[in-house]
Amino acid sequence: MNVDSSILDIIRAKKLIERRDIAPRIREEGDFVVVDAKGLHYRILNEVVYELAEKYKKIKLINVNGQRYIADGLRGDYYIEIHGTAGDDLGAFMNGPEIVVYGNVQDGAGNTMNAGKIIVHGNATDILGHSMRGGVIYVEGDVGYRVGVHMKEYKDQVPIIVAGGTAGDFLGEYMAGGRIIILGLKRRFTSEIVGDWIAAGIHGGAIYIRDSIEEDRLGYGAKIAEFTEEDKKYLAKILEEYCRTFGYDLNKILEHEFTKIVPESHRPYGKMYTD
Amino acid sequence: MCGLAGILNRYGKRISGNKIITMANMMEPRYDGRGGGFAAYGIYPQHRDCYALHIYFDNEDAKELTEEFLKEHVLIVKDEEIPTRKIKEIPKRYITWRYFVEVPEKFKNNEHDYMISVVMGINDGIEGAYVISSGKNMGVFKATGMPRDVARLFKVEKYKGYLWLAHGRFPTNTPGWWGGAHPFNILDWSVVHNGEISSYGTNMRYLEMHGYKCRLLTDTEVVAYLFDLLVRRHRLPYELAAVALTPPFWKHIEKMPPEKKKLYTYIRMTYAPAMLNGPFAIIVANSTTMIGLNDRIKLRPLVTAKDDEFTYIASEEAAIREVAPNIEELFAPKAGVPVIAKLEVD
Amino acid sequence: MGFPPEFKVVVDKEKCIMCRRCTIECPYGVHVWDEKKKTIIRKEENCVACQRCVFTCPTKAIQIEVRPPAYSPHPVWTEKVRRDIRLQAETGSVLLVAMGNEEPYRRYFDHLVIDACQVTNPSIDPLREPIELRTYLGAKPDYLELEESYSDIKLKTELTPNLKLETPIMFAHMSYGSISLEAQKSLAMAAKEMGTYMGSGEGGLHKDLYPYADHIIVQVASGRFAVHEEYLKVGAAIEIKIGQGAKPGIGGHLPGKKVTEEISQTRMIPVGSDAISPAPHHDIYSIEDLSRLIYALKEATRYKKPVFVKIAAVHNVASIAVGIIRAGADGVVLDGFTAGTGAAPQVIRDHLGIPIEVAIAAVDQRLREERIRNRGSIIASGGIRSSADVAKAIALGADAVYIGTAALIALGCTVCKQCHRGKCAWGIATQDPKLRKRLKPEEGARRAANLLRAWSFELKEILGALGLNSIESLRGNRDRLRGIGLTEVELEVLGVKPAGR
Ligand code: SF4
Ligand code: SF4
Repeated sequence: MNVDSSILDIIRAKKLIERRDIAPRIREEGDFVVVDAKGLHYRILNEVVYELAEKYKKIKLINVNGQRYIADGLRGDYYIEIHGTAGDDLGAFMNGPEIVVYGNVQDGAGNTMNAGKIIVHGNATDILGHSMRGGVIYVEGDVGYRVGVHMKEYKDQVPIIVAGGTAGDFLGEYMAGGRIIILGLKRRFTSEIVGDWIAAGIHGGAIYIRDSIEEDRLGYGAKIAEFTEEDKKYLAKILEEYCRTFGYDLNKILEHEFTKIVPESHRPYGKMYTD
Repeated sequence: MCGLAGILNRYGKRISGNKIITMANMMEPRYDGRGGGFAAYGIYPQHRDCYALHIYFDNEDAKELTEEFLKEHVLIVKDEEIPTRKIKEIPKRYITWRYFVEVPEKFKNNEHDYMISVVMGINDGIEGAYVISSGKNMGVFKATGMPRDVARLFKVEKYKGYLWLAHGRFPTNTPGWWGGAHPFNILDWSVVHNGEISSYGTNMRYLEMHGYKCRLLTDTEVVAYLFDLLVRRHRLPYELAAVALTPPFWKHIEKMPPEKKKLYTYIRMTYAPAMLNGPFAIIVANSTTMIGLNDRIKLRPLVTAKDDEFTYIASEEAAIREVAPNIEELFAPKAGVPVIAKLEVD
Repeated sequence: MGFPPEFKVVVDKEKCIMCRRCTIECPYGVHVWDEKKKTIIRKEENCVACQRCVFTCPTKAIQIEVRPPAYSPHPVWTEKVRRDIRLQAETGSVLLVAMGNEEPYRRYFDHLVIDACQVTNPSIDPLREPIELRTYLGAKPDYLELEESYSDIKLKTELTPNLKLETPIMFAHMSYGSISLEAQKSLAMAAKEMGTYMGSGEGGLHKDLYPYADHIIVQVASGRFAVHEEYLKVGAAIEIKIGQGAKPGIGGHLPGKKVTEEISQTRMIPVGSDAISPAPHHDIYSIEDLSRLIYALKEATRYKKPVFVKIAAVHNVASIAVGIIRAGADGVVLDGFTAGTGAAPQVIRDHLGIPIEVAIAAVDQRLREERIRNRGSIIASGGIRSSADVAKAIALGADAVYIGTAALIALGCTVCKQCHRGKCAWGIATQDPKLRKRLKPEEGARRAANLLRAWSFELKEILGALGLNSIESLRGNRDRLRGIGLTEVELEVLGVKPAGR
């Protein structure tokens, strides 16, 4: 079904988007509006998404390949489905929407997001969830370097990142709050569940890694804390939705050993400087 | 920020420039139009045994001087203009010419070093002449502009090669002149580079000690020279050359088994001034190999994938997906660990 | 003819509780108890401003002030010039001084600034990302030869011994005799703790230092005091001292009165006899003789130790350094003209030699031109005051630095310049058992190690700001330095561009 032509008029009216072929790319499908992103410049695609969001709550983007900034700064209870590889900074500054990606996401997904959900049926790369303040990111497979760098929490806003595969170096670097959970269920290219310098500079929040971790792989300011029954209960609660999403067996996941990593103190560098 | 792409047909099958142009175009948000370029291997089979010199001249005088110089030092088998299109996006600023040359018999035993000195002789000695590439059966095409326009300017789609590199530039630290665009090449080696070599001063002075002259105002040239020095002259295998350039941290070396630890320690000690530091991702190629490498703490992105015929390396996954939609295993190499793809025919 | 006192000792009578601590603390006889008058009198003319009384007075009642110039001012005939002349007229002697060059020459370190990253390359935060300072001193081959077999790669090249430093800062050679055993012990303990080295100086190794010998570079100087086979074998490396920055071309002299029982044992000379280090080594009159000594030492230690050669930075330092490396040394120590000393003729200290910055630049460049930069390390010494100086020295081309005066300041030295008098109020440059007790080796070690810790951390901050995660990428990286207020020729010599370029 064709979409409301007034929306297309608005899109066309924007100077940026002069293409005549924009109409055939957009159609309604049930309560979704579907956009074929094939070959579209990211500015056009995102402009279309913002305009459609005026009317539709459910947006499906197909043939996405590398377009950046999708749903950046979007606020409200949207449901956005992406088929393909989402480009850099997916959902940055986002406040509320749920994004489900069938494919991989490139660097910086969930950058500084405030609320909402990003679900990736694939892998993510570096600086996933950078400075994230709220919401959740679920990744089925691997995540890259510096995941959750400078994540923070504020009052009842506690951001969460869960990855089913492995993570690179500097996981939870400078972390100031929130939770990161790495499950290591699939280890595609490495036997190591996470890289080195874990939680370097951490001063808030916690990281759960489903494996044993040697002390010397922690970064400055991090320590290993006891993994308690309390933690297990917490994970059971948090991972319930995750497992449902990707079809993992929650009990099997929880049977395994976990390592919990927390800050040594909230002011790790207090002693380092003198005046 | 810059974008890199590389593609190798491991069986040496030559493909048109279209794939690499598509890959480059996919990463346009990474460029600002002040530099783009391509390197292509296998494009001059009819002159495969000649060094193909791509040279940009500021003016006829520089061209004349260069030709005199060439006649004195090498045998010119053929020379012609590098064909271009007239396009409004990139006004042609230079005379672009290519020379297919051979090294005189008496220098044949030290051919490589001899050719390097010829290239450096032109770059260093003749004002207004820049050798853009100098390998056999290969060439570099680059200019100030978006890769898509550079491709149109030089009719890149018309060439057929088995190994291609592309680069789009967002220069911050070096002036945007044509010669400063990537790929950077010296003889067989070509490099495309995203980021900055913060150790440039150290690397440059080390290379100068070994007779290289770094004069092209770009930190990328040190990468090419370092590969030439380490792999060709010092005969390090590619894997170990990569260890010299982006070594593991001492912390990790300490944990290696004794033999390996010693090897790695020796490499770090001996090649300390060759270490590349700063945020970077690079793709380096020669006629048989394509190598992707990023810095020791992975400050720039790089992804790679492989199918039955091709190995791909790019700054963004999207660039690979676009030309190989069905690829399965696509991954981001670890910090400082090279991706090495070799030609499987000789 | 006496001299008007240089300093004024101001005592706050209200705060003073007459505890008489200052009369005990002051080794120079400034605060003296007058039994008859039942009061303390202050002989200001003796005061050297060592600050001992100021620090130790329980009520902080004492303040030392510089006396306003007592002479009618004159730009040429300064007060110092007039004092010196009068003193020499009185005594007919060479003026003896301690610590480093006091003339106001240009300090190049203060005219060099370091680059930092903005946008194009992220600076690295040393608090969370790894930054490496490990440095190897010694010869490196031109390249590595490998044996490639089917399954693995084997090394054919064997490296000659190198010293492994966890931070590129070492403690300079200060002999037992010129400084106390406690001071040496403090530095030895700190060096060991921090994974670096100290220099033994030329006075041999006291047996108490043997447990730290694997972190001590043993010196072979012209006097050859205490140089014996065991001394050479226990040390981590050997350093032949040709000259020192504070007194190039001059030998050394430890007066007999300082040669106590313990020192006599360590130096292996009779108690009370003068210990004279001749100006030259009498077995080295030329570069080939130096080579002979280098190899004699290598043979004697079965090629297990690197051998360094220390020279004062003088005009043709670059070609001398080339000769030294070609002669087989594993490194050259350059001692700049601001280097400290326990005692030197003032005229020599203040007027001979060249600045360390220039020497590093010239030597590094020449070794590269000769294509032998890898065959030996450059260790810079003399006047290194801060981690910034260390970073600049390394960027100019040094592999590591030695710190002497800075290390002593860490132990408590206040640079009162009285080392040659052997009465150091801080227990450093003295052999007096009472004064020596003032320096506790554990406390000294803690402070010296802390200094290295702090400077190492600052070095990491600098590297981080430069976007470098390893010190080798700073070495010789003059591209990351800029000069301020230097002439074109000076910039050329240093190999740096002016700020703004
Ligand atoms: S040490 Fe201080 S309080 Fe004690 S007598 Fe001297 S000046 Fe007075
Ligand atoms: S070591 Fe002692 S005598 Fe020498 S300057 Fe320092 S405080 Fe004064």
